[in-house]
Amino acid sequence: MPQNDAGPHSLWEAVSAALPSSNPCIWSADSRVALSKLTSGSSLEGAPEQLRNRSVLILTRNQLSAALTLVESDGIARRLVLCPPDLDLVQLPYIIAAAEIDVIVSDCRPEEVADSLSVPFIHCSAAVAPMSVTRRASQGTEWVLFTSGTSGAPKMVSHTLASLAGAIKGGGPLSQAPVWSTFYDIRRYGGLQIFLRALLGKATLVLSDAAEAPAAFLARAASRGVTHMTGTPSHWRRALMSGAAHLLTPQYVRLSGEIADQAILDSLRAQFPNAVIAHAFASTEAGVGFEIEDGLAGIPAGYFGDATRGALLKVQDGSLHIRSVRTARCYLGTQKGALLDAEGYVDTGDILELRAGRYYFNGRRGGIINVGGLKVHPEEVEAVINRHPRVQMSLVKSRKNPVTGAIVVAEIVLKSRSASSPEDAALKSEIIESCQRELAAHKVPAAIRFVPALEVTPSGKVARPDA
Amino acid sequence: MSVSVRSTILSQFEQVAREQNRKLAPLTDDLVLMDSGLDSLCFAIVVARLEDALGADPFSASEDARFPVTLGDFIKFYEDAAK
Repeated sequence: MPQNDAGPHSLWEAVSAALPSSNPCIWSADSRVALSKLTSGSSLEGAPEQLRNRSVLILTRNQLSAALTLVESDGIARRLVLCPPDLDLVQLPYIIAAAEIDVIVSDCRPEEVADSLSVPFIHCSAAVAPMSVTRRASQGTEWVLFTSGTSGAPKMVSHTLASLAGAIKGGGPLSQAPVWSTFYDIRRYGGLQIFLRALLGKATLVLSDAAEAPAAFLARAASRGVTHMTGTPSHWRRALMSGAAHLLTPQYVRLSGEIADQAILDSLRAQFPNAVIAHAFASTEAGVGFEIEDGLAGIPAGYFGDATRGALLKVQDGSLHIRSVRTARCYLGTQKGALLDAEGYVDTGDILELRAGRYYFNGRRGGIINVGGLKVHPEEVEAVINRHPRVQMSLVKSRKNPVTGAIVVAEIVLKSRSASSPEDAALKSEIIESCQRELAAHKVPAAIRFVPALEVTPSGKVARPDA
Repeated sequence: MSVSVRSTILSQFEQVAREQNRKLAPLTDDLVLMDSGLDSLCFAIVVARLEDALGADPFSASEDARFPVTLGDFIKFYEDAAK
């Protein structure tokens, strides 16, 4: 056990240290679990002991069962690999091999996960069954998360409890008894942050539910007395459009995962005049870079090189680089690549532009498009469009969108056509349909324009406007 | 003018619902947008297409920091932008 670490040795130690004076609980849409139940019970079939020193894949349908498994296995398991809700199960053999998985913990039945599994399967649930348990942390568990929305083999990023939960300046007002909630799924970095912040802060957490309409979720969060709420700008725009935002009386509202523009900050200020409204930069690889609470978009230039804020920021080659105790350690699997530069910074790939003392985000290097927090590689979409027999070439790019921050649009050169033909609309629908068959909904172009030509670089590639 | 803005918006709702296999609620002015059967990606598509069709993006042009809640608000939002 590390002796020089001032923080908790395991999540359970932190939670149990607060008992019984505070008894935090986790609410899902249809149930509630008081964490004190874990002193004499388990959500795992069998007991947490069977996970000792194992590399554990947490693959659940339900956020609450994942949450309980995390509390029960941190400090016991050697490695926890937390699957996002939209994981493509086709990738399972690769993940099992790359992360050296010894056991799968899931609230599904084994046959729902795969036809045949090469590793043992332990059932978990969203309820705690009484049983005699001894909980003894014996190691600093490695936490492995997936980066969002990448194509092909998923990218797995290695963290520790300390790197996921380390202190960062900001974090909103201290409240007597905060109740946290997030639009994020806690199996993604943005949601996991809030899960850990709540539990380490001995606070109650209200989970979102993918099947629930925004208004219903806001009403539920309000009825549980939520004081601290986080999500992407797209989550918040949807909340403001739901007609139910007025039900909430938050003390702290946080945006992360996408660019927070002035319009959404102003809208939230108008809706929640008494709340601290913060926007943060966080990514699975770089961790939390900053939190800004002055109500203005962009990052004050003074944040750069200021070591007192818990993370060091620099601009190099136009993009934001972050170095902090919260950056991930490495990638797992074949997609290794260097995560850190020679000075220990992570290149976020987010392009910055300095205007009047503040840095503003100006798209991503490589043209990656962020649709409501989900990443889209233009090349993946172009490959599908280009398979259409009438298409010569295509350029997929980002268009600013007030609902999802950005949306995918395509410019297409056809093999042969007259200037404007009456069949255009039918052909556009046909191309969109072929994209719908092969791509996730957020990757399908919202609008298509037929153009006579696209600029091509000397190396023969379609010229991609950089950001 | 306002009639065509309205009909353009309504037909976009219907088309996007069809494309995304969504069941659309009856399109009345008091319909809360989030109850219409469309999710936020659908709205993003509707707004992008309306920008092409009407040449207006009232979301970025508006000084008002309020987001439209009902279909009636939404239509008025575009009608005001077209004035």
